[in-house]
Order: sequence, then structure tokens, then C-alpha cells
Amino acid sequence: MYSYNDFDEAFVRERVAQFTSQVERRIDGSLTEDEFKPLRLMNGLYLQLHAYMLRVAIPYGTLNPNQMRQLAHIAETWDKGYGHFTTRQNIQYNWPLLKDVPAMLSALADVGMHAIQTSGNTIRNVTSDHFAAAAADEIEDPRPYAELLRQWSTDHPEFQFLPRKFKIAVTGSPNDRAVVKAHDIGLRMIRRGDEVGFEVLVGGGLGRTPMIGQVVRDFLPKEDLLPYCEAIVSVYNLLGRRDNKYKARIKITVHENGLDEIKRQVEQRFAEIRPTFHGHDQDLLDDIRAAFAPPAFRNAETTAHDQFYAADPVYRSWADTNLTEHRNAQYSIVTISIKKHGETPGDATAHQMRVMADLAERYGHSELRISHEQNVILPHVHKSDLPAVHAALVQAGLGTANVGLISDIIACPGMDYCALATARSIPVAQEIATRFDELKLEHEVGPLKIKISGCINACGHHHVGHIGILGLDRAGVENYQITLGGDGTETAVIGERAGPGFAYDEIVLAIERLVHAYLEHRTEPTETFLQTYRRLGLAPFKAALYPAEGEKDAA
Amino acid sequence: MSRKYIPKVVTANALLEGDVIYLTADDRWTREHHEAELIEDEAHAQLRLLHAAAQKGTVVGAYLADAKPGANGPEPIHFREVFRTRGPSNYAHGKQVGEQPGPRHY
Repeated sequence: MYSYNDFDEAFVRERVAQFTSQVERRIDGSLTEDEFKPLRLMNGLYLQLHAYMLRVAIPYGTLNPNQMRQLAHIAETWDKGYGHFTTRQNIQYNWPLLKDVPAMLSALADVGMHAIQTSGNTIRNVTSDHFAAAAADEIEDPRPYAELLRQWSTDHPEFQFLPRKFKIAVTGSPNDRAVVKAHDIGLRMIRRGDEVGFEVLVGGGLGRTPMIGQVVRDFLPKEDLLPYCEAIVSVYNLLGRRDNKYKARIKITVHENGLDEIKRQVEQRFAEIRPTFHGHDQDLLDDIRAAFAPPAFRNAETTAHDQFYAADPVYRSWADTNLTEHRNAQYSIVTISIKKHGETPGDATAHQMRVMADLAERYGHSELRISHEQNVILPHVHKSDLPAVHAALVQAGLGTANVGLISDIIACPGMDYCALATARSIPVAQEIATRFDELKLEHEVGPLKIKISGCINACGHHHVGHIGILGLDRAGVENYQITLGGDGTETAVIGERAGPGFAYDEIVLAIERLVHAYLEHRTEPTETFLQTYRRLGLAPFKAALYPAEGEKDAA
Repeated sequence: MSRKYIPKVVTANALLEGDVIYLTADDRWTREHHEAELIEDEAHAQLRLLHAAAQKGTVVGAYLADAKPGANGPEPIHFREVFRTRGPSNYAHGKQVGEQPGPRHY
């Protein structure tokens, strides 16, 4: 894993010192809120519904055990004992006091972390595949490129006041687990003959105008990554609209100017700046790559796993849903569900964080990952250690066997915390998960992604949920719109709106009707919800959602 | 005929804690909605909002929120304002348990 070099360390410490002084000046009255707000946002500090919120970046979702322990320490020392993992591989603290934030940032700096550019119109936390360097399908570990992009984008002088926020995601696998097509820049590593490079997508994004990214360059040599990204952001910086916040993202710039014109301008800018890159970035990349060298994998029997799998149905169920094939056949990728039925998606207590840190240290080559699906991953666990890992997880309330199932729901904080929200999302997720647990149906239903956003900004990725739920305020009452058929993978599609929304007390039943319609219509148990939807389209699901209207039509 | 003015309270977040606060008739900031001044006149509401917004060293983001009279004082109307009087629905944190932002003692 990458550790801060002297430059990173000095930069982050200097920023903490600056912000400490800014907070002091805000508290003593020498800075007004108008003056202070842009400064706090640059450092990830929001003012939410009930309190301040600090958003901490977890670059490309990678953490070491000491960092995870420090997140636990911060949660207990300055917050209410838990943290919320987000859909952009960040962690949010919901209750800090203004005066404590500098100490929190200082504690983060102690473990090589920060909250810089987790807000504002800048390049945000660079996200990546949470199975990086472990997935069997991977071409190359994307994280060295993500780290290079992090260093390049952090405090980049040209890109501190972009027209709007800017999100970059990188994947090294053909199976896209990082939703790269819904990012301002999506980078997909591909092979062309013997050469490995990037397919570069631009203009993806969810929010009020959801769009799937388009290919701006079908093959970019790896060594051109920084100048090419710089060319894209530079063109956007000049061309992007600043007159209307809702039309300021690059997806609108691409839409309004056309992909061909964007391509032309990006290539022109690239030709200008490429010669100014003299290879220092590639030297840096070599150093970064060395830090991401694979762990020393153990060679040992895996019979413990096989025996538990055969003998223990609880273990078997967990292994079936929460383990993913590792590139090393003796190893597994363990996804720890942070979605226990009835609990808040993505919330982990300080105790749970410490348990996960200890397990990573003891059994996981000291690596942890945070996924955009709000779970925690131990990417490298030898199969012989899986029973011990499972037992420890169960004890800590982390053994839920539901990854990829209906209760593994993405939910934004919604109106329980967020000042922008128009409705709650967390309790809707809690109730859906609880309901399907009571019905004992979720394993029979199989892979099904529900994603819930509490407002049109779509932090809960509802557009790319197989079932998406959008919470709105309709005449002073919470109302939930359903979209169907969305997909956030390499075959990304924006879901289709099913029809009128449902009241808060109707939404769980509506989801239940949808799931029953799927069970009724699937050709066989292996046909997933999404496949059934793609085969049949909206009609049978709409009929299940709005049975009264069907009666009206028939009459 | 003009529409009847919906009464208002002045609300904001406290600068230091971020907690939800309300302006009282005697110019204090309270954490309890029912202690707020219920303002029934539009012009007076604007004056009270100006008074609140001028307190830059104490409060952040003051605004007028719809409210109605109740048995113990003003009550919120919109669900967002109801949530602000209580705290989140997923944990017993915040006002609903008489707690302010910031750490608990472990």
C-alpha cells in the first residue's frame, strides 16, 4: 500500500495548520460564514441538518488496519462512536463539533489520510474497484493510476474552481465494479494486442440529468494518462457552464457541445500539453507501483474451508454470498456486509472497525477496502482462515450473508442527516431489509440490487439500481418514485421510471409486489431479476405495482 | 383577498455545535421548537430574520420556517422541520434524547 512521502506529509500537515487557524478565526468572529464556508468545504466540512459533518476521503477505497483503527478512534473521541461509509469510498462523521475538527484532521494526518477535496467544485476522491489486485478477471491493479491521479488532482492550481464537482473512477477489470460509466471521467483498463491502456469515458453521471459516459478515446497509452486527463478537465474548465448550477457538470458540456467537438478540443489541448510532461510522472508512477506490490501469498491446505462448507449451513450460506473468487485459487475475497437486516446501510461502530482491522492484520495481509456499495472487503484471505474470520465477524454483528441480495441496499443518508435531502432513505432501506428477512425470501430471489436516494442528486445511485427508489417531497409529504432495470456495471443502463410514486408507508409493500411479480415471471431460478426485466420490459412489473389501474383498464 | 400568512419561527444552526436552534421572543436562542417566537406578521418576520442573520458569531444559515400554534407553543408543519426538532430516525441521537452534537463519553 502507498504511504505518504515527505511531500504528502508536509502538504497535509500544512493544510491542517491552515484550517486550524481558519476555524479559530471563525470562532473568534474574524471570519464571517460567507468567508469561512468555502474554506471549510475545501476541507470536507459540511453543515448538515442536525450538526456539522466531516467527509474523509478513502482514496480508491484502500485502508490499512492502523488507518481503520484511527477511524474508530476518531468516531469515539469526537463523534458518537460510529462512521458512515459512502457510495464514493468516503467515510462521514455526522456529529463533530466545529472546534474539534482540526484535531480530527490532525488525527487523520497521523495515519496518512485527509478530507481535502471531498467537497467543492474540485476533483473529488478518485474511486476504484474494491476488488483491485485480488479479482481473478483483472488486467492490472488500477490503484497505482488512481494514486497518481490523487496526487495530480490534489491542490492542482488550475482545477480548484471548476464549474462544478468532478469525479474520476478507474477500473482494471472488464467487469466494472466501480461504476465508471457514471463518472465525469471513467477509465477502463483494456488490452489491445500486447499493449495495455485505457478506454476513456467522459460525461457520465447520475443526479438530476442521469447520463452514461461516452468513449472520448478508445485506447489511451498508460503513459498518457495524466496529460490526457488534464486536457479533459482543462477543456471542461473553460467550456463548462458557470451560469447555471444544474447545467454545470461535464455531462451537460458534452451533451450541449457534442462528443465530436469535445473530442476535438481535448485532442488539441492534449497535443499542446503532452510535450510538457517529461517523464517525471512516470518515475513517480514507478515508485507508487512498487508500493502496491502484491502480498506474499501463503501456500497451505484449504481443507478447513471445505470441511466447514460441507458441515455448517450458516457458514455455507455466508460463503455462497460473501466470498468472491480470488486470482490465487487458495485465497478468497471476503465482502463483510455492513448491511445487517434492520441496521443503517454503511454504518460501522468503532468496535466493528477495530474487529475488521484486527482481522485484516491477522488474516488479510493487512488490507481493507471500502466499496461504493457501502461494504468492507478483506481482499486477500487464505481459504483455511475463512472459518475463523467468519466466526469473528458473526460475533461482531458483521456476519450477515446477504452480499448482492435484496437487503444489500445502497442508501444515502437522506433526510435523517442531509440538508439537501427531500425525503428519508435510511428507514426505507431498514424496513425493506427487515421485511425480506422476515419473509425468508432473499436467497430464493437471488441477485437484486436496490439503491435508494433521498433526493434528485442521486448519491444513492438509484438510477443504476435494478430497483431504484427516489425519495421526494410531494406537497409536504414524503413520496417515493421507483425506477426499474438500471445497471451500474460494464453494461450500464439508466433505469426506467415505473409510474407515480408511493407514500412512505406504501413503499415496502410496493417493493414486495415487484419481487413477487419477478418470482412469478422468471423462467427459472437462475434467471435474475434484471434478466427477467430485460426479457419482459416494464409491463408486468407495472401491473404488479399499480394493480388498481389494471382493473380500471379492464373495466 | 390576500392569502392568510402562515406563521413562522426563525431557525438556524448554532455556529459552534451545528445544533438546530430557534429564536425566542426575548431574543434568546433555544434548542426547543416550542420555546420559539411564533411570528404571525410578515413584516415582523422579516425584521426578526434580519436580527437573527446579523448574529454572525452565533448562528449559521438563519431562515423562516412555517409553524403553527400548539398546546405547548409553536409546532413545526413540514416533515423536514419535524425531523429537525428530533434528530435522525435511525438512532436515538440528538434532540429526541436531549443530546447535543459532539462526542459521547466512552
